[in-house]
Amino acid sequence: MATRVATIGLSWGLSAFRMKGFPWFPVSTLLILALVAIFADVIAPHSPEVGSLGARFKPPAWQEGGTSQYILGTDHLGRDVFSRLLFGARVSIVVGLLAVVVAGTLGTALGILSGYMGKWVDQIVMRVTDTWLALPALTFAIFLAAILGPSEMNIVIILSAVYWTRYARVIRGEVLSLKEREFVRLAVVAGCSKWTIMKRHILPNVLNSAIVLASLQLGVVIVAEASLSFLGVGVPPPKPAWGLMLADGKKGLMAGYWWLTVLPGLCIMLMVLSANLLGDWLRVKLDPQLRQL
Amino acid sequence: MKRFILKRLGYSLISLCLLALTIFLFVRLTGDPTVLLVEPGASREDMAMVRQQLGLDRSLPVQFMAFVADMLRGDFGKSFYYRTPVLELYMSRLPSSLALAAAAMAFSLVIGIPSGIIAAVKVGKFGDNAGKVFALLGLSMPQFWVGLLLILFFSVYLGWLPSSGSGTIWHLIMPAFALGWYFAAAHMRITRSSMLEVLGSEYVKLARLKGLPEKRVIVKHALKNALIPVLTLAGINLVLMVNVAVVVETVFAWPGIGRLLYEGIAFRDFPVVQATVLLGGSMIVIVNLVVDVLYAVIDPRIRLGA
Amino acid sequence: MAPLLELRNLSTHYVSQSGARVVKAVDSVTLALEAGETLGVVGESGSGKTTLALSILRLLPPAAQNAGGEMLFDGEDLLTKSPEEMRQIRGKKIAMILQDPMASLNPLFTIGDQVAEPLRVHESMPRKRAWERATALLKSVRITAPETRVKEYPHQMSGGMRQRIVGAMGIACEPRLLIADEPTTSLDLTIQAQYLNLLRDLQREHGLALIFITHNLGIVAKMCDRVAVMYAGRLVEFGAVRKIFDAPRHPYTRALLQSIPRFADARTRLTAIGGQPPDLSALPLGCAFHPRCPDAIDRCRGEAPPETVGASAHSVRCWVAGS
Repeated sequence: MATRVATIGLSWGLSAFRMKGFPWFPVSTLLILALVAIFADVIAPHSPEVGSLGARFKPPAWQEGGTSQYILGTDHLGRDVFSRLLFGARVSIVVGLLAVVVAGTLGTALGILSGYMGKWVDQIVMRVTDTWLALPALTFAIFLAAILGPSEMNIVIILSAVYWTRYARVIRGEVLSLKEREFVRLAVVAGCSKWTIMKRHILPNVLNSAIVLASLQLGVVIVAEASLSFLGVGVPPPKPAWGLMLADGKKGLMAGYWWLTVLPGLCIMLMVLSANLLGDWLRVKLDPQLRQL
Repeated sequence: MKRFILKRLGYSLISLCLLALTIFLFVRLTGDPTVLLVEPGASREDMAMVRQQLGLDRSLPVQFMAFVADMLRGDFGKSFYYRTPVLELYMSRLPSSLALAAAAMAFSLVIGIPSGIIAAVKVGKFGDNAGKVFALLGLSMPQFWVGLLLILFFSVYLGWLPSSGSGTIWHLIMPAFALGWYFAAAHMRITRSSMLEVLGSEYVKLARLKGLPEKRVIVKHALKNALIPVLTLAGINLVLMVNVAVVVETVFAWPGIGRLLYEGIAFRDFPVVQATVLLGGSMIVIVNLVVDVLYAVIDPRIRLGA
Repeated sequence: MAPLLELRNLSTHYVSQSGARVVKAVDSVTLALEAGETLGVVGESGSGKTTLALSILRLLPPAAQNAGGEMLFDGEDLLTKSPEEMRQIRGKKIAMILQDPMASLNPLFTIGDQVAEPLRVHESMPRKRAWERATALLKSVRITAPETRVKEYPHQMSGGMRQRIVGAMGIACEPRLLIADEPTTSLDLTIQAQYLNLLRDLQREHGLALIFITHNLGIVAKMCDRVAVMYAGRLVEFGAVRKIFDAPRHPYTRALLQSIPRFADARTRLTAIGGQPPDLSALPLGCAFHPRCPDAIDRCRGEAPPETVGASAHSVRCWVAGS
């Protein structure tokens, strides 16, 4: 239910900034982030993983003590923050997108099966979904991470395993109402097999909702990954995940090294905000029914 | 109503069983559970002994029964790090988390409900739009980042508040804010939408037609109806708060079960991790049940069997 | 004697946020109602009947505003009243009942609480007395065992009972005018007659004037002294029920009366009114009814007809009928 509330709350909060026409801000932001992620090797002035111990805790260039060599400062191992942020974008985007795609595919498939087949398939999927939904996502993810061990691949698997239930729930609901619609009944009467119906009639109609949900989930997944990395069970060091940078940044917090905390968090917020705004726009565009949300 | 309660109870029991089953299967089926359930750095003989102790050579269903039986007895294993039974450890930390959650909930309701009401009553005008910005920020900023920023601002720069630990109310303020921030936005949203729905209802229209003063219409007729879903959500969220406070508790070194979970992963103390998830999940299932039953008690429609 | 309620050229418009679209929900309506009389307001959905009622009580949604005219109640123009003054009139001098009784009652409060409420607010009656009066009111609307009913909740009542309870709420403060918006539409046929009789008795006992909003001409024939026929927000015919039913002057009224199925001749087809109900945001020039009118002449297409008042205050808005 928290997810539902969050989704509604998000969409209402976003409606204040609802893009009237094409959503320039979120799309361009995400594009820039994507480009940065792809071309990080080229753009980054330093290596994100190797630091120079002589240049530890340097503040950003505009502050006293900073140099233009490290425009956004360095961390506790002398690594360039700017470069790490750039490579961190890669991690966030890759993990975020993959997790959303996998969770979405799995969840949609199970949602369709569950909604259309009904009976015991439905019962099993629903009971599992309800139980897993009752578990807070983060706790569950941490549990799985403890078992599987931290790695980028594992994070994707874990996040998919935790979040597919959201899709299954929503898609199943849609399928249930779709089942009663004329064109589906006609197909049944015409003798189409269950699989054909599910593939050709049901799937295209739920695709819109799936996409909308996926775009809204992207922000959630990114924050989840950041949280896991922050706790040390996400992307393992020395890979530059933003969440990890925040964890490292905490070490310098009391000493006032603000850039190690503020900057990575800002990046996360930017990405999440853009994903959410884009998702909201998509929602209004693709599914007029959800427009009422 | 009795039937309703019984049905609801049965449903919860199934959920609890499935929860235990899920946790159990995940541990057993992903590689060698012995590795997880022994202390790090144990010898081969130790591992063999543990394997026998846990009955890992027996069949899965039997193992599961033993697992459940242990749980019902209150045996959730022993913490490697603290060398005490995990349940004991968990229970000793729980009050802190509850205190934090209560403070965060209070904060989120005090901010969330009035602003939601204002946003609904002044829909489309400034109050509403300001609320929308707040909601947007609340739901887009990661909680732990908010916490870190608070520390930066209030501890490091201003030196007003302590950055970690617990003990006084000053220690409570920032973690409660960080934890409650997200939920304040969520509560505001649901209050607003619920209020709007109720304000547009026929009985509110009739109340106005009866010539009742606007204040009475809002406070007596609209509010009570509108708050039902809000408080329901708040109840569920309270337990959620206790469980998702992992990151906030870690940031502020708050000695609750969230931090316990963090310690569990940091020290590779698997029994702690497993038990926290089990207990946390069970707590949520039980609280959901209680909230549903309470709901039935409050709403005369359910109580008197509509 | 001055009429109890007099509307003169009353207009209510819905204006879109940008100001571009204007929907004339009520367009220059003029009618009068004497104390103790019953007026029926008929028309299709969207003809402006409900908006008219809400305009009288000045409880319009934010998008709607008064756009001219006067509303005289007991000689005073309601449009000049402050919000607080209006509030004191609502429920006390003019009461209104809505269509759906289940939705009208607050599910969380007892019947007694809701019926006693107008008494406590308008007459500052102490709780105990208000509850006693509420019980008495329930009795007067013919609810059995009112003493127990008064402590029960809305969902425990049947539809007919709920509508009567809403009626009790309406007459609690002995208003001079009661507006009923389709009060029987959601009731079973068998209960409708009972309810209508109840309303008539209440009217006689309390000297109430009644405005009956309905699309059911049968009810109008049975209950009302006068009838106002509305089309596309305009009042197209107004006068004594007998007169209008015997000799309707406006083509729309005529069509309405003709469309009531008669059992006498099983062979004749049902007479429907041709065409579609008008889109209020895009009304045709001239008379709003002309696209569907069998008697339309050229003038009807170009100019909107004014009101012509005939004998005994029988008014009609039609070029053909008014000549």
